[in-house]
Amino acid sequence: MEKFQAFRGLVAPLDRVNVDTDQIIPKQFLKSIFRTGYGVNLFDEWRYGDAGYPGQDASQRPLNPDFVLNQARYQGASILVSGDNFGCGSSREHAPWALQEYGFKVIIAPSFADIFFNNCFKIGLLPIILPAPVVAQLIACATREVGYHLAIDLQAQEVGSDAGEKWSFEIDAFRRDCLLQGLDDIGLTLQRSAAIRAFELTHQARAPWVFHDIDSL
Amino acid sequence: MAGKTLYDKLWQDHLVEERDDGSALLYIDRHLLHEVTSPQAFEGLKLAGRQPWRRQANVATPDHNVPTDAEQRRRGVDGIVDATSRLQVQTLDDNCRDFAITEFAINDARQGIVHVVGPEQGLTLPGMTVVCGDSHTATIGALGCLAHGIGTSEVEHVLATQCLIQKKSLNMQVRVEGSLPAGVTAKDMVLAIIGHLGTAGGTGYAIEFAGSAVRALSMEGRMTLCNMAIEAGARVGMVAVDEVTLDYVRARPYAPKGAAWEAAQAYWRTLHSDADARFDRVVHLDAGQMAPQVTWGTSPEMVLPIGATLPDPAQADAVRAAAWRRAYEYMGLRPGMQLSDIGVDRVFIGSCTNSRIEDLRAAAAVIRGRRVAASVKQALVVPGSGQVRQQAEAEGLDQVFLAAGFEWRLPGCSMCLAMNADRLGAGEHCASTSNRNFEGRQGQGGRTHLVSPAMAAAAAIAGHFVDVRSF
Ligand code: SF4
Repeated sequence: MEKFQAFRGLVAPLDRVNVDTDQIIPKQFLKSIFRTGYGVNLFDEWRYGDAGYPGQDASQRPLNPDFVLNQARYQGASILVSGDNFGCGSSREHAPWALQEYGFKVIIAPSFADIFFNNCFKIGLLPIILPAPVVAQLIACATREVGYHLAIDLQAQEVGSDAGEKWSFEIDAFRRDCLLQGLDDIGLTLQRSAAIRAFELTHQARAPWVFHDIDSL
Repeated sequence: MAGKTLYDKLWQDHLVEERDDGSALLYIDRHLLHEVTSPQAFEGLKLAGRQPWRRQANVATPDHNVPTDAEQRRRGVDGIVDATSRLQVQTLDDNCRDFAITEFAINDARQGIVHVVGPEQGLTLPGMTVVCGDSHTATIGALGCLAHGIGTSEVEHVLATQCLIQKKSLNMQVRVEGSLPAGVTAKDMVLAIIGHLGTAGGTGYAIEFAGSAVRALSMEGRMTLCNMAIEAGARVGMVAVDEVTLDYVRARPYAPKGAAWEAAQAYWRTLHSDADARFDRVVHLDAGQMAPQVTWGTSPEMVLPIGATLPDPAQADAVRAAAWRRAYEYMGLRPGMQLSDIGVDRVFIGSCTNSRIEDLRAAAAVIRGRRVAASVKQALVVPGSGQVRQQAEAEGLDQVFLAAGFEWRLPGCSMCLAMNADRLGAGEHCASTSNRNFEGRQGQGGRTHLVSPAMAAAAAIAGHFVDVRSF
């Protein structure tokens, strides 16, 4: 995973609540066995004027001019601001994959669905929770002002505007450090192998049926 | 000191270690896999040269992409027409072979929707931590498990380490007391709960469903209830172990036998919240007040009892009003309409919410001796597993469905999310026993109404939503 560095980026507003993972990346694109290739189908049903299917040439597809991310002023946006319960629905990690591949590094919302929130950290996408009134203000600014930018400083846990406003956000120390250092979860956990083995032995003594041989049936 | 909740107990019994910042390593007993969320995890494992930590913790079955029509199914993986779907199912087979993971492959008699298969085979047992790269893993909490969905990176993490890095959730108890009126089911109960809590009401919580109305539910009903905990925002739903649980588990193929059973059940009987346990939030609902539910919008919280009038956005706060207006537009409905004014084009009885034997019995009871309305283009019954299908056929339920004009399919996720060929056309309304009514979920432009199997059956016969109690 790449280290998460402080940056200043263009903000795109998605003024909806309950943006679900079926909208973020519709299921037909989940048939891929690869980790990449999802960015072009991010928000597919809102973004394009035709029905999307895997393997299409996106450059030939009609764009929906009303969809916010299709407006020229939001091209290159790296920060998405949206409403409550962002990422609800399925556990598909394809949703954060698609957002990241499209170019987003940060998603700001008043609340996120648990599994989506958790999945973001696994790939180095940062979900930031800010109070609803602040989010409403950010959406209003990004809608009104062309080229509205925010600065994201994970180390300081702060979001800042060019006008000098600052909003701090909460994040688990463990998750923050993993992002900042670009740490790989599996490698970290495997450093604890001895503890896992020890637990496993105790657990097996207490609940042997968990460890029954399932090959023989 | 206050007692422990069921969730506290399950958490504590699987805690490998805790860090100062509150994150923890949690040991995973059973890991279920399907074809959609596992290929990239297996690829990661291979690239890193790693092996599964405890191979026999893992069990796989393909479900999302498999065709449900007999003709295509006969030829196994090769019979899958869509090349990308075929490759995905083939990749699961290949990965299971390469890592020697038990798989109920496409035409195995035990294949089915992963959340139906796990409990049915006794591969998921009370007291276990169970994960799967699928949010409806919550279903399995009905057994008194700690079961939840994970993303693909975590699938790889569990394969490689047998653990998850977790943060403990808060405890919520949803108490449903009293008894459900006739014709009102576990599905109606959970839809009513979601209507009450909202789709984000459970975010950050592990929900225990309790109360006399929950205890009165069968295991199937409890699974329906826990299945949709995620639609209330909670990734964990669970029900305490009791005699109903033990009776369900006892004869399962992979359940412990003999002395092992005795030891297991003695432990399982401790899996309930202590009388003095403290919950961060408790919600009370009265089962006696519940009626059959129908969703009208594009979020499971947009739900009403049959007989209700569709709400007026002018009466709602600004955020909800905007969501409702968008939902009305997508669904092609208007405030002030009755649910019974909504005609149905297709009917889908299936999904991990409602595809178990009791669900099919409930639907068949409504349908017996009747015909699907001429205005309904398609009515599908898709059993949750090969075992459910066999049982239903042994009871003659397939004949009831076929005689009424339903199609009787092979097991899989099917029209729940339309990754295979079963889907809605744009603008079509579907009475569906699944769990999500999101825009496009059952096919682009499709309009989903979530209901119980009995309500779906009644809608198929009437051609529009009706109160199954007066049917
Ligand atoms: S039946 Fe539907 S909700 Fe259940 S696992 Fe399959 S796709 Fe997911």
